[in-house]
Amino acid sequence: MLEFLSGLNDKPFEAVAIILFGIGFTTLFLHPNLIKKIMGLNIMDTAVYLFLAAKGFIYGRKAPIVVDGVTSMEAYINPIPSGLVLTGIVVSVSVTAVMLALTVRLYRRYHTLDIDEILKIIRKEGN
Amino acid sequence: MEILYAILLVFLIVCATFACLHKNFLTSVIIFMSYSVVMAIVWMLLESPDLAITEAAVGAGVTSILFFVTLKKIHAMDQEKNCDEETDTSEI
Amino acid sequence: MSKIRRDYENSLWRKLVRFVYGENDSFHEKAGYDIEHPETEKRKEETFFEEVDYTKKKKESDKFFAKYSAIAEKRGEKVYNHFYKFLAAITCFSIIMILLVTVAKLPSFGNPDNPVNNEVSERYIEQGLEETGAVNIVAGMILDYRAFDTLGESHVLFIACVCVMILLRLDKETNDPEKLKALENDRDFEPKNEAILQHAAKILVPVIILFGIYIVLNGHISPGGGFAGGAIIGSGLILYLNAFGFKKTEMFFTTKTFSVVSVSSLLFYSLSKTYSFFTGANDLHSIIGPGTPGAILSAGLILPLNIAVGAVVACTMYGFYALFRKGGI
Repeated sequence: MLEFLSGLNDKPFEAVAIILFGIGFTTLFLHPNLIKKIMGLNIMDTAVYLFLAAKGFIYGRKAPIVVDGVTSMEAYINPIPSGLVLTGIVVSVSVTAVMLALTVRLYRRYHTLDIDEILKIIRKEGN
Repeated sequence: MEILYAILLVFLIVCATFACLHKNFLTSVIIFMSYSVVMAIVWMLLESPDLAITEAAVGAGVTSILFFVTLKKIHAMDQEKNCDEETDTSEI
Repeated sequence: MSKIRRDYENSLWRKLVRFVYGENDSFHEKAGYDIEHPETEKRKEETFFEEVDYTKKKKESDKFFAKYSAIAEKRGEKVYNHFYKFLAAITCFSIIMILLVTVAKLPSFGNPDNPVNNEVSERYIEQGLEETGAVNIVAGMILDYRAFDTLGESHVLFIACVCVMILLRLDKETNDPEKLKALENDRDFEPKNEAILQHAAKILVPVIILFGIYIVLNGHISPGGGFAGGAIIGSGLILYLNAFGFKKTEMFFTTKTFSVVSVSSLLFYSLSKTYSFFTGANDLHSIIGPGTPGAILSAGLILPLNIAVGAVVACTMYGFYALFRKGGI
């Protein structure tokens, strides 16, 4: 029945990254609470980073730090995903901080964090 | 080694699920913190120590601290002290 | 089509039509309604009373209608919510399944012949040590080959901190003090003198900050670098703030310190990268050579750039926390 997923057998990290992405995406979509939404976004972030880092990994090779002056490609893993993810992690923390600040402002204004309640109040005030 | 991989990956999925589903905010932030730490270990196993250090400092440290401060700002922690019912905290 | 007449209402044809249908009397119209018939007055009174009655009835019926329409609305909303949740769940599930099927078709994990491992990474690994002088290839990559990327990222951090400042800063002059206190009673939670926390912080904070400085300075010869080290220094500052309070922290870290350190770091980064692109970006030889790989003072501009990035990150992390806590750095 699930033979179209049989290719996942030798790719555990990518599969887990996709599942984590799905968990974060579902939380971002379906949970009404704003803090849980931000947490889901963070989980999505880390899932994408895990996927990228797993793409750069090669069996039997070491981290890209030159040891004893060996500079052949066969000794080290791919350094490009590490560089990309390193920039991504720090951007994700700044995005989280800005969103949490917005959440604090929303709480001060509406005294709730439920997005449905906030939308109801906004609609009532608009009429 | 493969058993270690399996344990860590299953732990990641369980942590993510419970961080999203738990009703108590404080608990879910702490679960998220442990998720970040396990993610740092996974990156260590994937031979990217730069990422592991950065994730342990940023993901498990600063992001969780920001979540805690936000919980304090929205008085989610005070309400837990006053009333033990979980329904009240979930309404915030 | 016949042409449209604008004064159709006043036209003779219209008047004739209205007369034929009995809507008005053309004679009366000419004479005007100067003469008030007692009959019409009576009718007016009647209509007046009827109107009052009507509004009362309308109010009652409105109440009645509102009661039932609210129930219907609530139910519709409930049904709509369930429907929405159901559709959203289906969407999430289908996206996950599509992604899983796509991943199952990707090349296998950890295989050296994957298309990801192409000539770009080969170039970085084989020539990186010679060209940049950095033992840590990732640091050489993000601070030399792709330094523009990192420049933009440190600006993103700074801008995020400025955004949080806009959102959460409290103006002391504009607001009246009582409102301020009610809004921001967090300042009353200034850390009390807790002996355990303070003694632990006395031992831990210097070690944490020293470790952060070590990671920043060794960014080009060991894992780490400006981002990780800056975050660790920021965490040490946050611990100090929590243990000893804002008054002691403001002795050495104020808004002025924040702006001076981060802006000068960003300026230094921009200027040094301009210099690097101007002189040694590709073919021309730079004055600052790569040096001997493995020494602390090597790898050209990577060490000062790491220090600049670390300073920006540390200031930003501390700034986030202080802004969330008390609405000002």
